[in-house]
Amino acid sequence: MSISKQCYEAWTELKTSSNSIKTSKYNFFTFLPLNLFEQFQRIANAYFLFLLILQLIPQISSLPWFTTVVPLVLVLAVSGVKDAIDDFVRFVSLVSVCVQADLLLLSSSEPHSLVYIETAELDGETNLKVKQALTVTAELGEDLQKLTDFNGEVKCEAPNNKLDNFTGTLALRGEKYALDNEKMLLRGCTIRNTEWCFGLVIYAGPDTKLMQNSGRTTFKRTSIDRLMNVLVLMIFAFLALMCLILAIGNGIWESDKGYNFQVYLPWAEDVTSAPLSAFLMFWSYVIILNTVVPISLYVSVEIIRLGNSFYIDWDRKMYYPLNDTPAQARTTTLNEELGQIKYIFSDKTGTLTQNIMCFNKCSINGKSYGDVYDQSGQRIEINENTEKVDFSYNQLADPKFAFYDHSLVEAVKLNDVPTHRFFRLLSLCHTVMPEEKKEGNLVYQAQSPDEGALVTAARNFGFVFRARTPETITVVEMGETKIYKLLAILDFNNVRKRMSVIVRSPEGDLTLYCKGADTILYELLHSSCESLKEETTEHLNEFAGEGLRTLVVAYKNLDEEYFQDWIKRHHEASTALEGREDKLSEIYEEIEKDLMLLGATAIEDKLQDGVPQTIETLAKASIKIWVLTGDKQETAMNIGYSCNLLYDDMADVFVIEGSTSEDVLNELRNARKKMKPDSFLDSDEINIQIEKSSKNPKLLPDEQANGVYGLVINGHSLAYALEGNLELELVRTACMCKVVICCRVTPLQKAQVVELVKKYKKAVTLAIGDGANDVSMIKTAHIGVGISGQEGMQAVLSSDFSFAQFRYLQRLLLVHGRWSYIRMCKFLKYFFYKNFAFTLVHFWYGFFSGFSAQTVYDQWFITLYNLAYTSLPVLGMSLFDQDVDDRWSLLFPQLYVPGQENLYFNKTVFIKCMLQGIYSSLILFFIPYGAMYNTMRSDGKAIADYQSFALMAQTCLLIVVSVQIGLDTSYWTVVNQFFIWGSLSVYFAITFTMYSDGMYLILPASFPFVGTARNTLSQPNVWLAIFLSIALCVLPVVGFRFLKALLRPTASDKVRRNFSNARPHRCKRLRRTSTRRSGYAFSHQHGFGALIMSGRNMRPKSPFATTGTFSPNSDKYKHKGL
Amino acid sequence: GGGAVKTRKPDNTAFKQQRLPAWQPILTAGTVLPAFFIIGLIFIPIGIGIFVTSNNIREYEIDYTGIEPSSPCNKCLNVSWDSTPPCTCTINFTLEHSFESNVFMYYGLSNFYQNHRRYVKSRDDSQLNGDNSSLLNPSKECEPYRTNEDKPIAPCGAIANSMFNDTLELYHVENDTRTAITLIKKGIAWWTDKNVKFRNPTGDGNNLTALFQGTTKPVNWPKPVYMLDSEPDNNGFINEDFIVWMRTAALPTFRKLYRLIERKSNLQPTLQAGKYSLDITYNYPVHSFDGRKRMILSTISWMGGKNPFLGIAYITVGSICFFLGVVLLIIHHKYGNRNTSADIPN
Repeated sequence: MSISKQCYEAWTELKTSSNSIKTSKYNFFTFLPLNLFEQFQRIANAYFLFLLILQLIPQISSLPWFTTVVPLVLVLAVSGVKDAIDDFVRFVSLVSVCVQADLLLLSSSEPHSLVYIETAELDGETNLKVKQALTVTAELGEDLQKLTDFNGEVKCEAPNNKLDNFTGTLALRGEKYALDNEKMLLRGCTIRNTEWCFGLVIYAGPDTKLMQNSGRTTFKRTSIDRLMNVLVLMIFAFLALMCLILAIGNGIWESDKGYNFQVYLPWAEDVTSAPLSAFLMFWSYVIILNTVVPISLYVSVEIIRLGNSFYIDWDRKMYYPLNDTPAQARTTTLNEELGQIKYIFSDKTGTLTQNIMCFNKCSINGKSYGDVYDQSGQRIEINENTEKVDFSYNQLADPKFAFYDHSLVEAVKLNDVPTHRFFRLLSLCHTVMPEEKKEGNLVYQAQSPDEGALVTAARNFGFVFRARTPETITVVEMGETKIYKLLAILDFNNVRKRMSVIVRSPEGDLTLYCKGADTILYELLHSSCESLKEETTEHLNEFAGEGLRTLVVAYKNLDEEYFQDWIKRHHEASTALEGREDKLSEIYEEIEKDLMLLGATAIEDKLQDGVPQTIETLAKASIKIWVLTGDKQETAMNIGYSCNLLYDDMADVFVIEGSTSEDVLNELRNARKKMKPDSFLDSDEINIQIEKSSKNPKLLPDEQANGVYGLVINGHSLAYALEGNLELELVRTACMCKVVICCRVTPLQKAQVVELVKKYKKAVTLAIGDGANDVSMIKTAHIGVGISGQEGMQAVLSSDFSFAQFRYLQRLLLVHGRWSYIRMCKFLKYFFYKNFAFTLVHFWYGFFSGFSAQTVYDQWFITLYNLAYTSLPVLGMSLFDQDVDDRWSLLFPQLYVPGQENLYFNKTVFIKCMLQGIYSSLILFFIPYGAMYNTMRSDGKAIADYQSFALMAQTCLLIVVSVQIGLDTSYWTVVNQFFIWGSLSVYFAITFTMYSDGMYLILPASFPFVGTARNTLSQPNVWLAIFLSIALCVLPVVGFRFLKALLRPTASDKVRRNFSNARPHRCKRLRRTSTRRSGYAFSHQHGFGALIMSGRNMRPKSPFATTGTFSPNSDKYKHKGL
Repeated sequence: GGGAVKTRKPDNTAFKQQRLPAWQPILTAGTVLPAFFIIGLIFIPIGIGIFVTSNNIREYEIDYTGIEPSSPCNKCLNVSWDSTPPCTCTINFTLEHSFESNVFMYYGLSNFYQNHRRYVKSRDDSQLNGDNSSLLNPSKECEPYRTNEDKPIAPCGAIANSMFNDTLELYHVENDTRTAITLIKKGIAWWTDKNVKFRNPTGDGNNLTALFQGTTKPVNWPKPVYMLDSEPDNNGFINEDFIVWMRTAALPTFRKLYRLIERKSNLQPTLQAGKYSLDITYNYPVHSFDGRKRMILSTISWMGGKNPFLGIAYITVGSICFFLGVVLLIIHHKYGNRNTSADIPN
């Protein structure tokens, strides 16, 4: 098709010009130097390089070089490979996407070069829009020769992010033509109902309006990352302090004792004084004590994140079978942040809703249809197994339409007059355009999806709207083709909230059919309808309670004479040059009165499956949900109600729609005054804080409102509210509300809103959306989630996680996120603990070894401790641990709260780990010390030699940290068992091997510990000391944890204690009570009435329109995409 | 679609779905409280056992550094390595109780930093293992005791150079007659050290003097390594006194086994209560760095030498455990029921 041809041509053009886009960072030759350079820019890596250099200086080297080189090379290799793969993937994905562009519409297949487009991807609006080419370019048609020869010059504004504005000129054959947004087909919109069109590329690639709106791609880091950096700095400070203490100790020792001890141990060659020795010793201790931040920390963190990302990819419960889409963790470095989300910013269309409207129920002449009852008269919940109404009698029926109440078909078949009139109205009173490319294969193009649903319903029940001309409407009524004369369309607008048509039936009857919002239409009814009105109202309330959008329909038979008079005046009004609008609505109002009530329709804006339940669950997890949509206010609020974001029990729902800065400020302030009057007092701590730091924004603490509130804010008001002085007001007011709905927002505003919350709240944000208009907020939020499996891939491509259904979000957050967070926290706690316990023993030993940077352990043990002996058990825990399983996590969303509050790993927790590590290191040094001091082996030989002491201390340490990981592991899978027992076994195996005769004889210098294992581990003393160390290190922890669970149990403790043996089951159903909302919320602009009556959008007669025969439905209609 | 259709649906394995069967231990009163009581109940008797055992060990210790002017060894206090003739002194002492079983004789040093990093690494294990190339070209780690007068030192390094070289002889004094007590000098080193770690250089014949040809003695030593002992299997690098010294101590106060005193008959104690005298050939200067030298006589038990620490520690930890168990039990009794009800707000 031509669009893709265009695209291809543009692409080849771009390729040939110098305008090519460079996307990859490396090539084959530059990779190694560039990548190494980049890697050493990371502070951690640079630090380890520095350590390595230190180790090569003989005066300083306290550990052999391989203790640092082996891990460093490993880390660099792993990261390097990862970078190379990332770069390659980025290159491939960008090459595979065709250059997409904003086009200037030149010509199209439709009359007057009209093109129908849907812009849901761009702005979330779901209605059909019309674009029209310039007449001069429309002449080009599809003549490729002419198009190729087309030679004009376009001058236009520089690329910008304004979606609704474009200015430019086209110079053609000496003439200048103005170009505006009406002639632009923007990247991201979908072409509907148009066979072909040709366009001229105006902006391509990153210059397109869509990309201009999508914001910058930033490298995302998690809060734990940032915290880790702070902690590492703290540890470095602590390290420096320890080294300083030991260096000073060395200085004193060398001048006091070492100086005299030179008879047996002379100072090193170039060390001439104690201060110099102290200086060198400082660096020696830096080398020894650097294991508090081992390089394996960073690698392990990456591995854990990667592993937990794979779980997301593998989760069958986040796999959507209908379009074969599994969930995908596209970024593998953000997992634990998923367990800390406090704000969710959600798109509406395509995310919360399916963008499918269903004719669900109706009330005709006081009888309600749509519910299904069983034999005992009980209402049955409709599901996939419920029997559908069979429409096969009607060959023109839409096979996708589903209805379950058989009584309505029966009423139609019984020729019930009101029912027929009801459907006749639905088939006549609308502005839908039919399309019938193949006989019988009717496709409706509706300006609003609601209208489409109503006309489709009528079609299925036997009132098939088949064709229209400016003057006629062809309807096949129960198989019989009838042509109605269309005399007038009394179009919709926002004030009228109703539309009417006046038609003359083939029989000659003159009728006005009207549909509209109940509030409006009820005022216009004839007094004889009172009792019907009551019954209908009851039904309307029922429908609204189920979250359906309703319309009331009514008719009126017109008097011929009166009509002739009216149509004359109508003509006058419609041609009036001044106040045309007012005059028209006046004349409309005059005729739309004393209407006869027919009934009501109920349309379901189909939510994605499970959206209300998901939102309820997320709300229980104290996650605040903000809906950011390009749709208009009523629509957004409607959806807010139907998916349980807003509900009538809320204390209030504020609507901010001021159109000046002051109005918006006042509205915001009034809202806040109502929610928390105290917040205006000077004594309010936030006010004080704002007062203090008026210039630089600070994080604001959470404020508690006195009830549950909702806030709805309009796009234009939002623009004011996002300005400098109001943004603080906005964030205070909005964050106090449980739910915030922003409507008619541009993609960039979405990002600004997210940015605002990020700026003022210490909270993790998540943005979820499906369309290109969500890209900016997806990129801005801490976590971006894309809904995959839809038409556009923009959102998914820029997202961090993607899946097919909104409802998977609860599993992503409450199960995967929570687990990832807990695992990461447990990992960090344990990791810091084990390395403090490991390293600080050296510190204590310094006081007994002349501060000489003598290590306590064998150098091999130091090399292998983090790499081989303790890495797998903690990795096992970080990959498998579950405090409670997924079912409980979902059933008790409050289990999620500790993550939001950052309770499991923060500076306090870190200090506790550190203290525990210090305590353990004391035990691990002084128990072996006490057990060996001035005593002997059981064979009388001395036990307190360095090698025995080293072995004893390291064995104590390893067993203690293994018991500790056992204590931390709450979910012992086979793998955990294997890792923990395996690591211990490996330790003993390696120790006995390295301390064996054979190894010593091969390399005496590297394995001097020969025989130590045999001789030492056979001593009862040693084992008594080991057991004592374990008891002293572990029992306080056990006691403390037991007491904590007893006295201040967390939700997780309670769930585990009380339900660990029970099986959770869900037996809840959502009930909604809600006010009625009109279906006309979905029309945004003026109707297409004028377009239809003028005939501008009509094609030459449809070949099938006048025949009364049906033909079987065959091919499914396929949309063309841009 | 059959199984042939490839879908992207993830595999339904327990691993991928995170449903691996698992044991989920929880710290409950039912597990924690008994653990405390049981550990308490195990530790206290063990502690008492160790304590009693340790107390039954006979141990006698003499500081012969000679700091006090009254000490017989005071005259040797400022002895130097190469003083000839060597300074000797005799210390008389009385054992109040007899030593029944085998007695071990130790020398002990204090304030001697055998664990100093530069000291610990100042040796060449290859050389000590009999490697001929290392014998003539010792490792750099041995500096500054690597070579002397352009000859490689064997054994090189600070450890070997500072080898303890006092000679201790023990006499039983009965009615003014001194009976020498047989001190056994072999069997004081680890078997692995004597047979694996330390080996004399190999070459033609067994003449150590020839094998150590081309090397020189450590600076402080009065005689070369091949003249440490007259017995060939206790000479050179495999001399046990040397091996014992080379096994560096972990702490600045340490003991090293010097000699064994075997029990001769079942009827007589190894050392009966009474008067003894210790003859010391005082060669080893420690005064310059405030070092102390001791001689220790000790019997041993199943758990080694005298060590009150472990026994007391076990008794203390056991008691605390038991006490904590009681405290936790009370707390559990008082507050336990308050929180066990399922009061999770939902």
